[in-house]
Amino acid sequence: MTGVAILTVALVLLPLFAIFAYLVYKGIGSINLAFLTQTPKPVGEPGGGMANAIVGSMVILGIASLLGVPLGIGAGVFLSEYGRNRYGDIVRFVSDVLNGVPSIVIGIVAYGLVVMRQKHFSALAGGVALAIMMIPTIARTTEQMLLLVPQAIREAAYGLGVSRWRTTLSITLRTATSGVITGVMLAFARVAGETAPLLFTAFGNQFWNWKTDQPTAALSLQIFTYAISPFDEWHKQAWAGSLVLIVLIVSAVAAVRLAVKHGTLSGA
Amino acid sequence: MGVGINVEQLNAFYGKTQALFDINIAVLANRATALIGPSGCGKSTFIRCLNRMHETIPEARVEGTVRIGDLSVYNGTSATQLRRRVGMVFQKPNPFPTMSIYDNVAAGLKLNGFRNRKQLDEVVRKSLESSALWDEVKDHLHKKSGASLSGGQQQRLCIARALAVQPEVLLMDEPCSALDPISTGKIEELIFQLKEQYTIVIVTHNMQQAARVAEFTGFFLLGKMIEFDKTEKIFTNPSDKRTEDYVTGRFG
Repeated sequence: MTGVAILTVALVLLPLFAIFAYLVYKGIGSINLAFLTQTPKPVGEPGGGMANAIVGSMVILGIASLLGVPLGIGAGVFLSEYGRNRYGDIVRFVSDVLNGVPSIVIGIVAYGLVVMRQKHFSALAGGVALAIMMIPTIARTTEQMLLLVPQAIREAAYGLGVSRWRTTLSITLRTATSGVITGVMLAFARVAGETAPLLFTAFGNQFWNWKTDQPTAALSLQIFTYAISPFDEWHKQAWAGSLVLIVLIVSAVAAVRLAVKHGTLSGA
Repeated sequence: MGVGINVEQLNAFYGKTQALFDINIAVLANRATALIGPSGCGKSTFIRCLNRMHETIPEARVEGTVRIGDLSVYNGTSATQLRRRVGMVFQKPNPFPTMSIYDNVAAGLKLNGFRNRKQLDEVVRKSLESSALWDEVKDHLHKKSGASLSGGQQQRLCIARALAVQPEVLLMDEPCSALDPISTGKIEELIFQLKEQYTIVIVTHNMQQAARVAEFTGFFLLGKMIEFDKTEKIFTNPSDKRTEDYVTGRFG
């Protein structure tokens, strides 16, 4: 039995390590200071980098998290604490359907909602598209995690004369913090590599851009553009970009985990 | 100081099922009152009606009047206001698992907006002293979580947590049923001291416990209160045949 368990664990981890090893093998050679600090060079000129895309990805993901995390957690709280009824069932069903909507369709929605109004592509539009994708995952995991908190813990707070909303915020959510964070990180990691919804929202940019209402470069878009190009130099940079993207996601998740663990232990 | 409790014509329901029938009882201030009876007889439902915890269950409702001191429980008092004056200790110890010992005791005050650090320190110390836990935990108030304590310590922590909001009445729903005899002994001793300052209503399955800690005892059966009298009378010379059958162990 233990043997089977170890074997399945190995089978699950194998693809992850294989991908990571292959990315390192293909990409590490092209990662240098220029790659991390410069913008792309025109076709034919060697060198250049993806610095603007790295920053762009961070900006877009930041906007997505700012919008998606509170809405997702809010929806999850509603579903678990107030949604044990027909209305809750409808929200649950809609959220599951939203989870299954192809990402390109969500891109079109963000195009209609933001790009059409602003009259140009923007980091904001990209962030909105990714936020919409984050909400159902966060909502459903938050709901599940809150349901795992024993009723006795809520009753303990009610018994002290703590109001219901205060109990939800300071007791129930706090008790479930690590689980809720897992859901958030899952959603974050999932959208961090998304390309399709950014194609006609963030659009991409070959230059530095610090404004959230202007077309913005993203790592995934840059990888896509470079990977389908006919140039060897660009292919190498696409591999390097992929490696950087994965490292960024892993370190973001690890950093949040560490911060939460530290925060919980010190009783903050 | 404790206050008396007056219950008149109390009926409680879960959806269409009636759990309590026409309960009338007058609990004296600064005394311990025990409620005994077989499982499912409504004694837990009854004390949950005293601090309006009953209504937190979907479709549960209550009819009748309950007065705690000068407070009309079901008329013009908010549930949260009421529960600050009527503390509760539950069957299973339920400390807040992510909070330190200190934060557990301070929770009731902190979550209601009380932030004065000095006074909080004072209240935490006094509450833990009252629940006879201070000496065991004073060196790691902030370092250890409430969940890391033993079962008996956790229950005394929960008592301290309830005392910290300075209630007048303390409701205890089988507080020792998950504890070993030594921890049970400590909590019973505690009840003895606490009734100098609080009115205590304790639900128990253990008749010896009722006899040890309570001046008055009520016997519940099938949602009705069969008999309510001095503890001594209930256990030595009950007026009702059913009470006698129960306390002598013929059924239940």
